Amino acid sequence: MNWLETVRAGGEAVRAHRMRSILTMLGIVIGIASVILTVGFGQGAQDKVKLEIDALGSNLLIISPGSTTDSSGVRGGFGSATTLTLEDTAAVADSAVVPDAERVAAVSSSSLAVTAGETNWTTSVVGTTPSWVEIRARTLASGRFFTDAEVSSGADVVVLGSDTAGELFTVGNPVGRTVTIGGRQLTVIGVLDSSGASSTGTSEDDQVLLPISTAKSITGSTTSAVSTIYVEATSADTLSAAYQEINSLLLTRHDVTAADADFSISTQVSLVETANSTNKTLTVLLTGVAAISLLVGGVGVMNIMLISVTERIREIGLRKALGATPSVIGRQFLVEASMLGLAGGVAGVLIGVVGSWVLPALIDQPVTLSLLATLAALATSLALGVGFGVYPASRAARLTPIDALRSE
Amino acid sequence: MTAIIELEQIRKTYHSGSIEFEALCGIDSTIHEGEYVAVVGPSGSGKSTLMNILGCLDNPTEGRYLLADEDVSMMTEVQLAEVRNRRIGFVFQQFNLLASLSAWRNVELPLIYAGVHRAERRDRAVAALERVGLGDRIDNRPGELSGGQQQRVAVARALVTEPAMILADEPTGNLDSKSTADVLGLLDELHDSGRTIVLITHEHEVAGRAGRNLVIHDGQIVSDLPTARAGVSA
Repeated sequence: MNWLETVRAGGEAVRAHRMRSILTMLGIVIGIASVILTVGFGQGAQDKVKLEIDALGSNLLIISPGSTTDSSGVRGGFGSATTLTLEDTAAVADSAVVPDAERVAAVSSSSLAVTAGETNWTTSVVGTTPSWVEIRARTLASGRFFTDAEVSSGADVVVLGSDTAGELFTVGNPVGRTVTIGGRQLTVIGVLDSSGASSTGTSEDDQVLLPISTAKSITGSTTSAVSTIYVEATSADTLSAAYQEINSLLLTRHDVTAADADFSISTQVSLVETANSTNKTLTVLLTGVAAISLLVGGVGVMNIMLISVTERIREIGLRKALGATPSVIGRQFLVEASMLGLAGGVAGVLIGVVGSWVLPALIDQPVTLSLLATLAALATSLALGVGFGVYPASRAARLTPIDALRSE
Repeated sequence: MTAIIELEQIRKTYHSGSIEFEALCGIDSTIHEGEYVAVVGPSGSGKSTLMNILGCLDNPTEGRYLLADEDVSMMTEVQLAEVRNRRIGFVFQQFNLLASLSAWRNVELPLIYAGVHRAERRDRAVAALERVGLGDRIDNRPGELSGGQQQRVAVARALVTEPAMILADEPTGNLDSKSTADVLGLLDELHDSGRTIVLITHEHEVAGRAGRNLVIHDGQIVSDLPTARAGVSA
């Protein structure tokens, strides 16, 4: 009796006891579906975090003064920390010293009231340089960003975040109109596109951007201190090289050792890792629960197969009398158990796939199906069938034909 | 005439704890090709044990058993399975048909284990069913057939491999008198066409249909005589 015949006979036996087969498979169906969905939830949550952080700008290094534990990397206003300066920014931007830095932008921000005609709105006023827009991966909805020349001359120009623009100008295009900040009239030259993501509570869309020189003159700051320096590495691979270069450069410039550095550099990677570690713990926990339910499903298959051997003892005896060898009988029961396992796995995968479409709409959590997890789940269900089928199959194979035929 | 079965000093001892029970104590007999032999005896006489050994379902404790010139007395389980498949066609008291399979699928079972190709299996199974007069019932399941018809399907299953011997264990034990006559008539026909048949029974009427009666008692053959029918078809 070849394998094809055995598989065909196994399929017939599974179909012959349809209800029992379905109930037997149920444990495996639930186990596989929950493994796929749990892994999908974990993956989906990781993807979501990655998407949010990518929206901040890719390959980004954030240099902050003092030691910071704030994951946004932004601390205080002017004068609160003065260890990073415009001169530091220029040094980091020097491609001879930091070859792996693509773009550098200094930021000096404070919270101020912005007035447009009768309307006023207090928001984050950010003085920076033109490369900010590329480093933060932002685009403009209308108008333009300011130029290096406007930074040098301290021009009275401003770019609005999309939310800020909406608050100040309820009708019409703001470009070309004027706003007043700290008593100074500034011309709106552009409006940013919405970033689509909020990082750590502060909206990326509620801020105004102006040349850093203009910002300093508005606040009356005479120092060259900056609150943050953003650096974009040439690629994701050179991120850590850029980190090393900047770190040693600033240590030398500030004449301090690594132990009492007066600045800190954080990367996107470290933010992603922090966010993902929580997700990972949850995923591992839930996958563990799902794995246990799979195991229970496997025991269910073994249980039913043992009942099946007892119930079909006369059939086994007859088949042996007609010339079936012990190995043929063992194989028949093993194939039946494997088919139950595999069929349960396939059904579980289908439910998992359907669930991954339906659930995100119900619970507002993304589910990313993983091909690897799906294949692994199918392999597991087959392995469960085989593994838990071995004992019942060997019981069937060992029955002697006389005893089997004689039983009532 | 060629000998199909040669038994030499067959003994079978069962152990149950410290108690030894000798079910067969030295059986000698020869059955030739084309013979119709009934093994007769009351329950407990050892005829079931003899039937198990004749059917290669069990090994004798001692002695030699030649089936179609092949010594099967000391064969392994796997070898015995092959001998049963090729040499012996079983007919049981309980019919032992698989309820989920149609008549022809029941009949093809031994051919599956013989490794016969699928298309040929169907042809041979249908031919065997026609041979027992059930050519119009090939797709019926056992539950849709009468007891006599079910036993005919079982006979077709026994015939399909062209075995050296048909071994029928109380084939009429579960049948009414009409079906009994029916099945015994079929066995007569098979005998007339040259089949070797060994029938195990405790009913003397049934045994009377055979050409030769082996009477067994307390594990020994107490008589071995031709019946009145012996001359009819020999």
